[in-house]
Amino acid sequence: MELTCIVCPRGCTISYDVVNGEAVNITGNSCPRGKVYCETEIKAPTRMLTSTVPVIGGHYHQLPVITSAPIPKEKIFDVMDAIHSTSVTAPVKVGDVIIADVAGTGIDILASRSMN
Amino acid sequence: MRKVQCVIIGGGSAGLAAAVELKKNGIDDLLILEKGPEPGGILNQCIHNGFGLHEFKEELSGPAYAERFADQAKELGIPIECNTTVTAFYPDKTIEVSNSSGYEIIQAEAVVLAMGCQERTAGQIQIPGMRPQGVYTAGTAQRYVNIDGYSIGKRVFILGSGDIGLIMARRMTLEGAKVLGIAELMPYSNGLQRNIVQCLKDYGIPLYLSHTVTNIEGFPRLNKVTITEVDANRRPIPGTEKVFEVDTLLLSVGLVPDNTLTVEAGIQLDPRTRGVEVNEYCESPMPGVFAAGNVLHVHDLVDYVTAEGRKAGRGAAKYLKGELKERGGFPTKAGNGVGYVLPQRVDYPKEDPTVEFSFRVRTPYKNAKIVVRDGDTVLKEIKKPALLPAEMEKVILPNNVLANIRNELTIEVKEAE
Amino acid sequence: MKYNITIIGAGIIGSSIAYCLSKYDCSILVVDKENDIANEVSMANSAIVHAGHDPEDGTLKALLNVEGNRMYPQLCEDIGARIRHVGAYTVMTSPEQQATMDALIKRAEERNIPYEVLTAEEARKEEPNLADDVIKVLSLPSTAIIIPWEVALKQMQVAVLNGTEVKLNCEVKAIRKNENGYVLETSQGEIETEYVINCAGLYADRIANMIAPLDIHTNPRRGEYFVLSHDAKDFVHHIVYPIPTDKGKGILAVPTVDENILLGPNAEETGSCEAINTTSSGLGYIRQELARSVKNVPFHHTIRTFAGLRPSISTKDFYIKKAEGEENFLNLLGIDSPGIASAPAIARYVDDLLKLPYEVKASYETKNPYRFNFQDLTPEEKDAYIKEHPAYGNIVCRCEQISEGEIIQSIHEVLGAHSIKSVKKRVRPGMGKCQGGFCQPLVLEILARELKVRPEDVLYDQIGSNVVLDWKGGNGNA
Repeated sequence: MELTCIVCPRGCTISYDVVNGEAVNITGNSCPRGKVYCETEIKAPTRMLTSTVPVIGGHYHQLPVITSAPIPKEKIFDVMDAIHSTSVTAPVKVGDVIIADVAGTGIDILASRSMN
Repeated sequence: MRKVQCVIIGGGSAGLAAAVELKKNGIDDLLILEKGPEPGGILNQCIHNGFGLHEFKEELSGPAYAERFADQAKELGIPIECNTTVTAFYPDKTIEVSNSSGYEIIQAEAVVLAMGCQERTAGQIQIPGMRPQGVYTAGTAQRYVNIDGYSIGKRVFILGSGDIGLIMARRMTLEGAKVLGIAELMPYSNGLQRNIVQCLKDYGIPLYLSHTVTNIEGFPRLNKVTITEVDANRRPIPGTEKVFEVDTLLLSVGLVPDNTLTVEAGIQLDPRTRGVEVNEYCESPMPGVFAAGNVLHVHDLVDYVTAEGRKAGRGAAKYLKGELKERGGFPTKAGNGVGYVLPQRVDYPKEDPTVEFSFRVRTPYKNAKIVVRDGDTVLKEIKKPALLPAEMEKVILPNNVLANIRNELTIEVKEAE
Repeated sequence: MKYNITIIGAGIIGSSIAYCLSKYDCSILVVDKENDIANEVSMANSAIVHAGHDPEDGTLKALLNVEGNRMYPQLCEDIGARIRHVGAYTVMTSPEQQATMDALIKRAEERNIPYEVLTAEEARKEEPNLADDVIKVLSLPSTAIIIPWEVALKQMQVAVLNGTEVKLNCEVKAIRKNENGYVLETSQGEIETEYVINCAGLYADRIANMIAPLDIHTNPRRGEYFVLSHDAKDFVHHIVYPIPTDKGKGILAVPTVDENILLGPNAEETGSCEAINTTSSGLGYIRQELARSVKNVPFHHTIRTFAGLRPSISTKDFYIKKAEGEENFLNLLGIDSPGIASAPAIARYVDDLLKLPYEVKASYETKNPYRFNFQDLTPEEKDAYIKEHPAYGNIVCRCEQISEGEIIQSIHEVLGAHSIKSVKKRVRPGMGKCQGGFCQPLVLEILARELKVRPEDVLYDQIGSNVVLDWKGGNGNA
């Protein structure tokens, strides 16, 4: 079987077999992260998620945010619900925690830029 | 008239990198002119991750990537005038500048053009039908959603599978809209593979390859788009129409370098890149005028824009120090299967240890090889399992090879035997 | 509400009439179903003030076109509208066209219209992109270009300053008579009026039928166009078109006032007043037919295509007559080409025809007071002006280099801009290469702020054309 690695923009085509729900015989990846991606993708796929939250007193209306680590793919819309019910007040520093342990994933939502 | 040694037009990723490099190379009298309210350019609305893999070995959001370079410029004390638009640029390197404190003429010794690019519009691609509200370029939609916090549509169709289109398909979905599909005129996507996976496949959004929008209906608001399959000559095939009831059509149909100022200064454009022709220091045929980033040619990775900005910055510093004098090198040529090669000329083949060449293939290749030739003499062959028009390729050649080039340097693609 | 005169239609004809009649000591109302002045037929056409040699002898078109052309320079000076006498080149490409050419020359001669016959060589010196098989050229230097909506708006502004009222988004649904004249039933209630001037363009036949059945129908004829960017501005410097045929004036290449190039129009009866859609066949026809008069057409500089409708009627002449049995109800139908050129003369003709019983006011305006154009200033003058008015230094539309100050100015004038499109019509943000991609979000914010409305209530054009659906942002100041 084949999949496209999404770890980096290179987008390697990775070949693999599935044995007992796990990816084996992984080839085609250009870096070790590709192998990890393939294994995770078969077992329990995860994604980085980015969005925005309204910011009060900032020089734009919206503050971009990012997950601190990849979240389980099936949790994406739960996390979006949490993001949609959040707003912040400027100033904010890049990396500030905006939502801790979002939707029970153990992962935080961080500011992905500073805003004064 | 204010005098500045080097003016950088545009404070996005190319302009910031050029300025930082100029400063590091000993040029202190610098000025970045940025039309937006802050440095960073279009990155500020690109809130998705994927920026900085080459520069920082991590995946940042666009604003975070911009912030790092803006901070660096600030630490180095590089002056940036924001909310400031260049309204005219003349061959004698005078620049007319407008902002809320006045209208000024600046005399520069060197200029780095870093104005970025514009999106192709519905008008440019001449989609037949009505002209209702609800048709946006993907970048404009991105600004409305990510910067301003507006909701722009509930049922969306997208024309063009470039990266911005793919990114916006996911973004609109996450914001609660239903994206009914993406049509792509070509038989392959122009976006990065990873974006096809994580923006379309993850959300079950269909991609209609070899399709285009052939009718737009509704007034004053869009209510319907028709897509039609196209033949090998990209002509719609009657009878293959599909109709989608939507209130929003996003267009991701290509980017064009924004060279209005450049053309007004009398600098010719390369019809293939729609940017200026440059040498290996990103110097245009007009000495002392440099160009980098999307104003030179449209990039797919911001990391490459940054690298190119540095190259232009280093070139401009060399120019200002009088180190770029006698031009005498060779032209480059896009050979079989290659759309364009940058730089279009190598003027100083002995100056640096290596020169990097960027190019794009015209169509996708599998198991191909890149061949670099001087006339009929093959200088280098590189095997490639896959080549895509969406992904810029690079070849680096050392100066001992470059010094001996007699004709022109040709880069071409061949199917591997 | 009671008025002496009600003008239905705020296009260039209604505006010219309002401008002309606002000298009278009477109450005048102009109603239009659209959300801006000059928003339909007057918005989408070739923008040409024809010389007047083309219409056949004895027609109203011939009479009013010639007179209108002569009135335009003074009119534009009075109202502060721009006009460029670029001249027209009518090109002959085959000997069979000599008879038509001779007829055109004869008419120009008889109507005292300046003309010159050029050899292909002479013409090519001025216009290198003339088609290779051009034999000779009829040059008409009095042909000019204007911006029809600018001429309409600036006349209507003067009318308003003279006391005329304008109601937009006001559609006339029915008309009945009463003892004093007429009652218009509109989407904004009833309007009583002594006189009705029906210049409703595409809908003028429907309006006419509301008072007395009329045997003339408007057959909307669609014309499609390409607009080229400033990069193509040197493609032609004159209006270039082939010797006309019985189908019409043929496909034109027109340099516009703002240095774009307009290519078109085709002519297609659509049977619908809403069919302003472009078609691949129509645009294809224009590409093909243009080759008759010009070569090297820079289609790659296309920034927009659009279509407009002409309010044509079968008799092919302007129809300007009182309704059957009605002394005070005037219908204007079939005002298609050369309607723009004829507009000021049509207004004068209407004035003569109606013989209004009102006195001319002791004092009234003919000049538009809104003269200030920031773009005309030198760099030094701009600098000084910005120091007093900082918003003029903040460039919002970088393609056309339009400042925030100019946009605010357009919003606060009489009949000010109140939608994205009405700003675009008045000061051009969005008319450039990016077609508003960069500036529309900024124009939206300026409109919301200046009109004190929510961003989601800002319209692109008509009611229902809201640009954004809702807003969930913070309260920052982007």
